[in-house]
Amino acid sequence: MKFAIDIFTIVVVSAGVFFFMAGTVGLLRFPDTLTRLHALTKVDNLGLGLIVFGLLPQAQGLLGALKLLSIWVLVQLSGAIVSQLIAQATQRPGRQT
Amino acid sequence: MTYDVLFDLGLAGVLIAIAAGAVFARGAFVSLVLFMIYGLLLAIVWVRLSAVDVALTETAIGGGVTGMLLLGAASRLRATKGTVAKAGFPARLAAGALCILVSIALGIVVYALPEVPPTLAPMAKENLASSGLGNPVAGVLFVYRALDTLLEKVVLLLALVGVWSLAQDRAWGGMPGLRVYAQPNSILVFLAQVLPPVGITVGIYMFWAGANRPGGAFQGGTVLAAMWLLVMMARLREVPAIDALWVRQLLVVGPAIFLLIGLLGFVFADSFLAYPPDHAKPLIVIAEAALTISIGVTLALLVAGPPERMRQ
Repeated sequence: MKFAIDIFTIVVVSAGVFFFMAGTVGLLRFPDTLTRLHALTKVDNLGLGLIVFGLLPQAQGLLGALKLLSIWVLVQLSGAIVSQLIAQATQRPGRQT
Repeated sequence: MTYDVLFDLGLAGVLIAIAAGAVFARGAFVSLVLFMIYGLLLAIVWVRLSAVDVALTETAIGGGVTGMLLLGAASRLRATKGTVAKAGFPARLAAGALCILVSIALGIVVYALPEVPPTLAPMAKENLASSGLGNPVAGVLFVYRALDTLLEKVVLLLALVGVWSLAQDRAWGGMPGLRVYAQPNSILVFLAQVLPPVGITVGIYMFWAGANRPGGAFQGGTVLAAMWLLVMMARLREVPAIDALWVRQLLVVGPAIFLLIGLLGFVFADSFLAYPPDHAKPLIVIAEAALTISIGVTLALLVAGPPERMRQ
């Protein structure tokens, strides 16, 4: 059982790392602010989400799992809102995208 | 074990690369963003060195507050473009030479460190129990080196006085020129409504946990400052005028209570900043609670900047 859980963690966290990498490549390669933000949301949502999901079975008890989940929720909240703010800033006149 | 070494080497490499990026970046903004990333990575380094207290402080101060202060400074500099003179070649040469000298001196010192470093840690741990604290870092800050901690908080107030002294005469006693984004239905307003309950809980928890686990007044106070700044920036609350009585009271309450407890040490224990043996922990927690509030208000007002406009 322990072995199966470890395999699950390795697979899911690796998938999360893949999205982190894809998002970073997008951030570096995409041409303007809005598409770069789009790449960044993949890191926030899927990357971090999968890493937290993969680490959940390894958490120390229910409290540890809740802490991991609340980290994910807080990053989701701030990530989504900061993306919105940056996107709004690009819409103001006189700003380069 | 080898994976740990690989991770540490990678971390150190990225850290040096980002530091170099921050130094050589063309614009102040890029440089600052790299500096903030540097602060966050440095926090991971402190975790690797098992100094979680320092890591928390580094994240809050090095990555957070310092970054905000510098960003504010950079945007002020941009507003006064044209008056900034570039340093001449001799000055830059001298600065470079000085940096190289300091690096060499540091290298020599590190190389000359003794194999087994002299440490007071065992003694500190041995006597910790008599203070009632469980976190040795809190023990050092509030028992062994309490005077340093007290002076540190006073220095923070002096820094704020320094920022305020940049005010023009007509704006003295007025409101700091923090840039607010007053759009009624902005998403920032939503964040400023949702996040503070969470942030305030985390800030208080950090101070409270500081007695027994990593955390403390400085880390907790910084989180509280961030929440207050968020609320002011979304304009849910106005930035207070710096001559408001409650602002002044909150600024000095921490150092004042700490000083009072210190003076009481003359009467109830044997010296300044000594605690009576049975009441050490409650006294320390009271001092830390007051300090958390004062640190929070001081840091937020430092970021808010010098007063710029009078009250309407």
